[in-house]
Amino acid sequence: MAEIHLDPDVLLGLQEVMESEYPKLLDTFLDDSQKRVEALRKARDDAKALGRIAHSFKGSSGNLGAVRLAQLCQQLEDRSAEKAVTGLEGLVDQIDHEFALVKPLYERERGRFQA
Amino acid sequence: MNTLAPVLEALTVLIAEDSAADLLLLSTIVRRQGHQVLTARNGQEAVEVFTRERPQLVLMDALMPVMDGFEAARQIKQLAGEALVPIIFLTSLRESEALAQCLDAGGDDFLAKPYNQIILAAKINAMDRLRRLQATVLQQRDLIARHNDYLLHEQRVAKAVFDKVAHSGCINAAPNIRYVQSPYALFNGDLLLAAYTPSGDMHVLLGDFTGHGLPAAVGAMPLAEVFYGMTAKGYGLAQTLREMNAKLKRILPVDMFCCATLLCLSAQRRVVEVWNGGMPDGYVHDVATGRRTPLVSRHLPLGVLAAEAFDDRTEVWPMALGDRVFLLSDGVLDTADAYEQLFGAERLQQVFAANREPDRLFEDIERALAGFRGEVRDDISMVEITLLAGQPLRSQGALYSDSGQLSPLDWSVSFEFRAESLKRYNPLPYLLQLLLEIHGLREQSGALYSVMAELYSNALEHGVLGLDSRLKRNAQGFADYYRLRNERLAQLDSGHVRVHVHVLPTAAGGCLTLRIEDSGPGFDVEKVLARPLDVDRLSGRGLSLVRQLSSDVRWSDGGRSVCVEFSWEALA
Repeated sequence: MAEIHLDPDVLLGLQEVMESEYPKLLDTFLDDSQKRVEALRKARDDAKALGRIAHSFKGSSGNLGAVRLAQLCQQLEDRSAEKAVTGLEGLVDQIDHEFALVKPLYERERGRFQA
Repeated sequence: MNTLAPVLEALTVLIAEDSAADLLLLSTIVRRQGHQVLTARNGQEAVEVFTRERPQLVLMDALMPVMDGFEAARQIKQLAGEALVPIIFLTSLRESEALAQCLDAGGDDFLAKPYNQIILAAKINAMDRLRRLQATVLQQRDLIARHNDYLLHEQRVAKAVFDKVAHSGCINAAPNIRYVQSPYALFNGDLLLAAYTPSGDMHVLLGDFTGHGLPAAVGAMPLAEVFYGMTAKGYGLAQTLREMNAKLKRILPVDMFCCATLLCLSAQRRVVEVWNGGMPDGYVHDVATGRRTPLVSRHLPLGVLAAEAFDDRTEVWPMALGDRVFLLSDGVLDTADAYEQLFGAERLQQVFAANREPDRLFEDIERALAGFRGEVRDDISMVEITLLAGQPLRSQGALYSDSGQLSPLDWSVSFEFRAESLKRYNPLPYLLQLLLEIHGLREQSGALYSVMAELYSNALEHGVLGLDSRLKRNAQGFADYYRLRNERLAQLDSGHVRVHVHVLPTAAGGCLTLRIEDSGPGFDVEKVLARPLDVDRLSGRGLSLVRQLSSDVRWSDGGRSVCVEFSWEALA
């Protein structure tokens, strides 16, 4: 199964629901996600904090159709709750990488609308 | 994709969510569904907004900074009190443990991320229906509670009024009456009244109105009024019964009536006079022999028959001092066990037979009922009256409020009561009222009434009806005597009793001369007065009583005319 980075159907649905608020939703998501990625980097050694941030990030990225990003957050959340905490750093890096990948896609979507 | 479930009513919805994008998305969805949206970024804020704005529904993220959704849900549920404020948890929590945590905190439903607006709309509508169902239930509960309070209040007020009426007689004061009545027996239609006549006899009524609740109790008021009023004025059972029957017949609806036993216990005459209309058998307990004579219902209840058809005939039974009369309501006999079997008169007789201590009869009966049924009913009335000697004659001073300055002190009046009147009319209450216009006589009203009653009944029974008091020497003769009395009175077509009243002022105060004449054959005064005074004999009590109570008694005209005097001193 090919990995989906951004689900176009979700975006269509969101546009319909949000109407004129759609660009604002994209702005809010990008801004919010940027903060979460930074927070994840800062919390590298704190499994508990990582889990909490990942949980929240998973929710919003799922809602916005960032399918792969949501999956990675889910993995981080799950792994951070395990007894023997391993491989968290690698996951944080993957999330970092995935966000860097979807960010321009969202920005392009945002660009279809006037500010 | 615009297939939203129809919104029943616009709600105010609080959304607590720390992710800005999710909050924006959810707010927009909910707003587009027609609701008003309030937002909070953490649990603390959610509680504050809830306190301030009282939204009707809450969408709550589980994991939030400052205060998480679980704690916020707990606090909001507490603040909401009895009203249902549905809380839908927004969560991507997958573990059942975490979901259980949401329910423990008071969550009513879940909504998983990513959000599906159709499911969200359906959930909001479902929760709104629940919320309104709960509100309706609460409203109806409060309404019922208010109605109930109102009814209880009315019943308390009514009970207080009824208690005052029902207990204004001597039921609680008389030393010879014992009774058991459940506190709300009156609201089951049971009524127990007792009062003294002017001559010191005691009238007792145990009644049982048809129906239950307040409707069963309303008839008690007029019945009690007639009972007390007529007893105090010296009316006998027959007149009192007629009046009670007529009054109830007039005011009660056709399907309502009152089963009743009315008694007159006379310690002076050692008799009990009974009328029973529809009540269970009462009993006269002859303590010396242990025999119990049933007081059987021989009439329809009060309030059924028209005045012309009403039968006021009573039965008279001799009693010795210490003998007891026992009356009970049908709640006793109709107590049913688990198999719908009734306690019945036979089991009551068994309790009578097993009873060793007469004073513990009620307890024995109650224990038998409780054992029979497994629980005690609340519509049981029992009363027992012991015939005691020496009930003091009461003056009725309290009934009069005038000063006595206007008392008539120099007058005469004569009456002649002929056959038709003698059959149906008792002139004694009227005569007593007339004589009590004289203030100085009021102190002696009891003695005056007793003497008048005795002389009048002598004139009627021995004079006009020609009955021989020696018949009453034993219980059988006693019954014969009263049977004969009723028969002869019913057939009476001639004869008369005259009453002459003379009132004269004296230096000290005044003097009443009362002369009573009858149309009978007369009697040998010397011989009758020479009979030994035997207080235990059923006959001959009257004359000794008269001689005790009045200052002077004289016979003339061969025993056909008797004259007594009462004198009094002027009031200071």
